[in-house]
Amino acid sequence: MSAAAFIVIAIFTLAGAIAAATMPRLIHAALSLVLAFIGIAAFYFLLGAEFVGLVQIFVYVGAVAVLIVFTILLTRRGQEDTRGFSWGGVVVAIAVFCGLVWAILHTRVSDAAPQIDPLTVKRIGEVLMTNYVWPLQCVGLLLTAALIGALILVAEEKR
Amino acid sequence: MPGEFVDQIFVAAKRWLLSLLPHAPDWVVQIASALLNIILLLGVFATLFALISVLERKILGRIQNRYGPNRVGPFGLLQPVADGIKMLIKEDVVPIRADKVVHFLAPIMMLLPAILALGVIPYGRNMTAFSIDGGILFFFAVGSAAELAVFMAGWGSNNKFSMLGAMRAIAQMVSYELPLLIVVLPVVMIVGSLSPDAIVAAQDGYKWGIVPRWFVLTPWGAAAFILFFVAGLVESNRTPFDVPEGESEIVAGHMTEYSGFKYATFFMAEYFGMFAVSGLAVTLFLGGWHAPIAWLEVVPSYLWFFAKLAVLLFVFIWIRGTLPRTRIDQVMSFAWKFMLPMAFTCVIAAAVWHYQAHGWAGWLSSLGIVAVVYLGLSRLLDTRRKFATRTYRFAE
Amino acid sequence: MTPTLTIFLILSAALFCIGLLAALSRRHAIFILIGIDLMLAAANVNFVAFWRFSPEPAQPTGVIVAIFSIAIAAAEAAVGLALVIAVYRHYRTTNVDKLNQLKG
Repeated sequence: MSAAAFIVIAIFTLAGAIAAATMPRLIHAALSLVLAFIGIAAFYFLLGAEFVGLVQIFVYVGAVAVLIVFTILLTRRGQEDTRGFSWGGVVVAIAVFCGLVWAILHTRVSDAAPQIDPLTVKRIGEVLMTNYVWPLQCVGLLLTAALIGALILVAEEKR
Repeated sequence: MPGEFVDQIFVAAKRWLLSLLPHAPDWVVQIASALLNIILLLGVFATLFALISVLERKILGRIQNRYGPNRVGPFGLLQPVADGIKMLIKEDVVPIRADKVVHFLAPIMMLLPAILALGVIPYGRNMTAFSIDGGILFFFAVGSAAELAVFMAGWGSNNKFSMLGAMRAIAQMVSYELPLLIVVLPVVMIVGSLSPDAIVAAQDGYKWGIVPRWFVLTPWGAAAFILFFVAGLVESNRTPFDVPEGESEIVAGHMTEYSGFKYATFFMAEYFGMFAVSGLAVTLFLGGWHAPIAWLEVVPSYLWFFAKLAVLLFVFIWIRGTLPRTRIDQVMSFAWKFMLPMAFTCVIAAAVWHYQAHGWAGWLSSLGIVAVVYLGLSRLLDTRRKFATRTYRFAE
Repeated sequence: MTPTLTIFLILSAALFCIGLLAALSRRHAIFILIGIDLMLAAANVNFVAFWRFSPEPAQPTGVIVAIFSIAIAAAEAAVGLALVIAVYRHYRTTNVDKLNQLKG
């Protein structure tokens, strides 16, 4: 883990996230969100969790971002009222951030990263299929339910 | 041994180039190695792109009973140079109501994932540019960014044909990504690894000394390979699935408002995507860089890879020359009603094959499973029965 | 200097608060979903960072939780965006301030 890479990725990610939160036009915000997600995936690579980084790109960039842009397309006429912005949210967000930073700085954490073998896909697969097989099934069920629910929600009502 | 030397000549050359920096720190060597890989990859595939763009027109010409381009250079081989110059000196038109930034970024976003995806494919023995544990996942993860690029092109142009084309493209790419991923699953299951190198290594050796252990030679592998190829045709927007840019319906789809070099970039990205999908098909099913016959292994491994790639690319062009374009609703229902169930069948057939110890019994029963589901689906989806017998009335 | 756990935690706190800002300040339903997605991703960074700096990284619990969380985020996005489309069809707006009646 090198400091230079960390700083570059951090700037990239935070810039993407801030743009996603404050851009006036929805489509630009959605595309900046993709930048932020790619940055977060880069953090996973930096932390040695390659698999999570790849899954992050695959799910967020390939699925969630595409869903968001598709929704923007389908609800395009609502575009004129995307500029609404309330400053109360900024105050709350800054307050929460200060509180979190205070809490983090006053907690004793072990800062030494232990040396590890690279986390292979095989290892993750073994753990998923042994210790976490029930959560895995639950997530599968949840995804199926979400799929059916989303389909029913957007299906044209028959009159 | 001279054969081995020729086989490893590129690896040795790279090692020699890196040894020119003896006292450099570790990270400089790493970056230099990565740069070398990227330069070689881009050089090879840019040349292949130039070659295939003229060969495609030649072959299409042959299929349509005419000469292809034959004016520039010997046999028209310098045509790509002329095309490149033409594209470069053309005016770059940007529509006045376009979203300038998005419009500009779209071609780059399209080309980048295609190049990245090429990096994980093993081109020869010890010749993978970017060898990671989850290579197959990496391939599909970066590939999914192409959908966003298509959307950006469609939205940024602010043109109804562009938007329609982009929506069609995204709809069909999302639908076919599912079967494309699921047919990769049996290979990953059998090999037990997501790394392309391990998948190629698992297809090493010959049964009874003659038949190579390529996955395409098993019933589930053959079915999965055909499904993969069809889904690959859709993912690279090739005929007969090129509805997103159907010229007779919506001008050029998401590329309508692009001209000059940006259009060329789109064109290039499409071909790079085609190379990537074909390369992955070779890696997954056609034994990667392994030779088909044992005594032909003296031929360097990378030549075998590119020979297989060339065959697949020829089939791409052949299909373009012979099949008409499908309708968008046919494309979509084919994905969900036929491709997806068949892909799941491949997974089951592969599991049966695996648990019968890769023997004759497994071979026959997996063939049976694939055949039964295929016949059942084709009976179910046969739409011809829905029409009444057509009767003709002539003037009496 | 290598990045420490504290730095990762502060970074994910910043990401979380940017997501919170988007969810609280913007009036467009899709912006609120973008904010929620950012907050979920920030929480994921925490899980993976805690796994990396834990005394027992051989047990990949944090990674597994992050993977599950990504799957759940996908489900959340699908249902959320389907809701946005359904609401838009009915009210012809996606501004959450204008959706102020219980009557359909």
